[in-house]
Amino acid sequence: MVSLTIDGRPVKVKKGTTILEACEFLGIDIPTFCHLKQLKAEGSCRMCVVEVEGARNLQISCATPCAEGMQVHTRTERVVSFRRLVIELLLANHDTNCFSCPATGRCKLYQYAMEYGVEHSRFAKYKPHHPKDESSEFFNYDPSKCILCRRCVRVCNNLQANHTLSLKNRGPDTWVGLPFDKLFKDSNCVSCGNCVSVCPTGALTAKAGKSYRIWEVTKTRTTCPYCGVGCQMDLLVKDGQVVGVEPAEGGANPGILCVKGKWAYHFVNHPDRLTTPLIRRDGELQPATWDEALDYVTQGIQKIKEESGPDAIAGFASARATNEENYLFMKMMRAAVGTNNVDHCARL
Amino acid sequence: MTNSIAEVVDADAVLVIGSNTTEAHPVIGAQIRQAVGRGAKLVVAEPREIPLAQDADIFLKIKPGTNIALLNGLMHVIIAEGLYDREYVENRTEGFAELQEVVEDYPPERVAEICGIDPEDLKAAARLYAKAEKAPIFYAMGVTQHSSGTAGVMSIANLALLCGKIGKYGCGVNPLRGQNNVQGACDMGCLPGDYTGYQKVANPEARAKFEKAWGVKLPEQPGLTVTEAVQAIEDGKVRCLYIMGENPLLSDPNLNHTEEMFKKLDFLIVQDIFLTETAELADVVLPAACFAEKDGTFTNTERRVQRIRRAVPAPGEARADWEIVQEVMLRLGYENQADSPEEILAEIASLTPSYGGISFDRLEREQPQWPCPSPDHPGTPILHVGRFSRGERALFKPAHYLPAAEQPDDEYPLILTTGRILYHYHTRTMTGRNEDLNRISGRSFVEINPADAAKWGIESGARVKVESRRGEVVVDALVTDRVDAGVIFMPFHFGDGAANRLTNDVLDPTAKIPEYKVCAARVERY
Ligand code: SF4
Ligand code: SF4
Repeated sequence: MVSLTIDGRPVKVKKGTTILEACEFLGIDIPTFCHLKQLKAEGSCRMCVVEVEGARNLQISCATPCAEGMQVHTRTERVVSFRRLVIELLLANHDTNCFSCPATGRCKLYQYAMEYGVEHSRFAKYKPHHPKDESSEFFNYDPSKCILCRRCVRVCNNLQANHTLSLKNRGPDTWVGLPFDKLFKDSNCVSCGNCVSVCPTGALTAKAGKSYRIWEVTKTRTTCPYCGVGCQMDLLVKDGQVVGVEPAEGGANPGILCVKGKWAYHFVNHPDRLTTPLIRRDGELQPATWDEALDYVTQGIQKIKEESGPDAIAGFASARATNEENYLFMKMMRAAVGTNNVDHCARL
Repeated sequence: MTNSIAEVVDADAVLVIGSNTTEAHPVIGAQIRQAVGRGAKLVVAEPREIPLAQDADIFLKIKPGTNIALLNGLMHVIIAEGLYDREYVENRTEGFAELQEVVEDYPPERVAEICGIDPEDLKAAARLYAKAEKAPIFYAMGVTQHSSGTAGVMSIANLALLCGKIGKYGCGVNPLRGQNNVQGACDMGCLPGDYTGYQKVANPEARAKFEKAWGVKLPEQPGLTVTEAVQAIEDGKVRCLYIMGENPLLSDPNLNHTEEMFKKLDFLIVQDIFLTETAELADVVLPAACFAEKDGTFTNTERRVQRIRRAVPAPGEARADWEIVQEVMLRLGYENQADSPEEILAEIASLTPSYGGISFDRLEREQPQWPCPSPDHPGTPILHVGRFSRGERALFKPAHYLPAAEQPDDEYPLILTTGRILYHYHTRTMTGRNEDLNRISGRSFVEINPADAAKWGIESGARVKVESRRGEVVVDALVTDRVDAGVIFMPFHFGDGAANRLTNDVLDPTAKIPEYKVCAARVERY
């Protein structure tokens, strides 16, 4: 363990803990653009700088480990003016037409610019932007909003391990692009959307991104309804409708999802959903009340049970229903119907 | 899975067999690729050149249905070259002599012949796996969905045991379960011979325990599996089916037969979120809430119990499955005490040792992997450490390779194998509602090798008729050398051009899994 103070507050942390992590533990907010918890720190955006007594330069908190006796200050004038400079440099080349940007409200550049009182950039715009790529079925890419934090590149290469995105060119000409300047739809992109999930600005945004502002949605932590990996995710809900999905960190998923978990939520609010019980009358399935339907079900079961015994009834439970529902279903078959004819489609 | 997903990124070598991981379990596929990026060696054994094959150090493009020959061949090489873990075999296993005797018959040249691979690749793969310290095996339906599926699963366990790779970090045998809560449905006793946590119906003590807890007399005879139940409709033994959230009329093999059987039923109850192919035949349909509209838990493929939470209201009058079942039980004269998912989970925990320490309250903070017998038990990331469920020692269960039940012949010269694609899930009741996914992949297709395509005058994009002894469908052709000559592949997701009109419903004698992965077929221009 090492002991240090941050903004005058003493704290003990495990050896190897970064200053950023120690701040997080204390609930001290440090701004970051490039930081990605799941990956080794890059320290490229320099937004997270802090002042450490005795050190000549400002230290990058995401990549500096805590040391015994360290005295850290997170909001000195020097720190604040450096962060302002970072924001101004990014803003210089950023398309600030925020009115039409799907990221409005969740954009970190916007948020920090407000917080640090940056309204204009002293620096002149220094490069033309690469064209937009709206070829993906699921998301859009607008390079004029990119701040080169490289989160998307690192997620695509190091977590999704798909190697679609990379930094191209050098110096002021640097941009995030695809091999041979392909469009997303013609590339090896698997549409996992993990690059979109981590973009701190409006450079990579969901196609449906304009349908909600971040302050209009609530988030509910849940488990993906598709395959057996069991990724953790947050459902974004606006007015009782699922409008998006964000990856969360779970035991099985290091903050990433696949194309199904990320985008295939439209079935939830789909007009084809069944909304009322149906009973077959005169050969047609016709709407019925719950009372009618439930009586119909139980009378049907009871009649067959009386005529042919409980083993003439079989129940298929669901590999998609919850544990609790499956438990209750098998209990129904065994305890209420009286047969062990209960199985599910695991084999199929 | 005996081990945890996250361990794979630390692996030295990974063996993937019968699993198209990056498409069917993409986030595990990504983590396998992360491991490769860090220097792990990858061996992939599959009849198709799946995306993961491109990352593989050794890709064994085996003929469909030859897994057991391959696994026996690997073990043959490992024993012949003295690469197995002697100490482990001596101290923790039984039946090595029997294993040796069986795999003796599988020298590399013979296996290469059966599987259609290079014997040197087989040897290299065996060495890679045996010598690696941390080497997990991942497998999926490509191993299980065969008439010899159970033997295939055991052969995988034999291989891991032989190399001392069970009960160790970064190793294990890791079946990837297809659907989100298959693991949970099994754990919950939705099996004809098991109560929760695999407590056997045939065991009088277990039965007495549940009789006492539920306050009723329980039937003694184990029941019928899904596939057996469908067969039993034929002779009138099963007259009523109650189906909750499944769509067998697209997922069952030999669909034409299944459909015929379903029409013979006296009473069909279907409870689902959409009017599926199966619901359309029902006498009564009960509208259910989907995962986003209810509370509960799912258990993933690594035995981790995780919450789902209600985020939106259910549409119209739809109700959660548990509420509906509760109502039906009440009307059948059985009143449940538990009255919420939280209370039901508490009842499960009280009756199921492996879930004993799991509660809604705890799941807010952590998501343990079962067995988790008590509230202070941390859960079990790795099974069989130091001890197997049957005792100190695990038993080798060697099996000989048996060809698939149906082999190509003059009339049906091709082998049809089926599987999943990235953009759809199961019978598409959910993913099929996404227009973007449908634009990427909206129609059934058949993959066919250029040589075969030339033989039958088929071009990519052309409509072709695919036929087996059980049915025929018309789909788009995709000419590709992803499949070898003599083999064709179809995804099973699509209702129009359903692969399962063709598949063979012959069953594995133990697990009763149908042989989806191999049947004889023919194609012609349509
Ligand atoms: S969607 Fe996924 S694969 Fe495609 S560029 Fe983004 S991270 Fe890479
Ligand atoms: S996000 Fe993809 S990999 Fe994860 S559980 Fe869902 S379907 Fe499976």
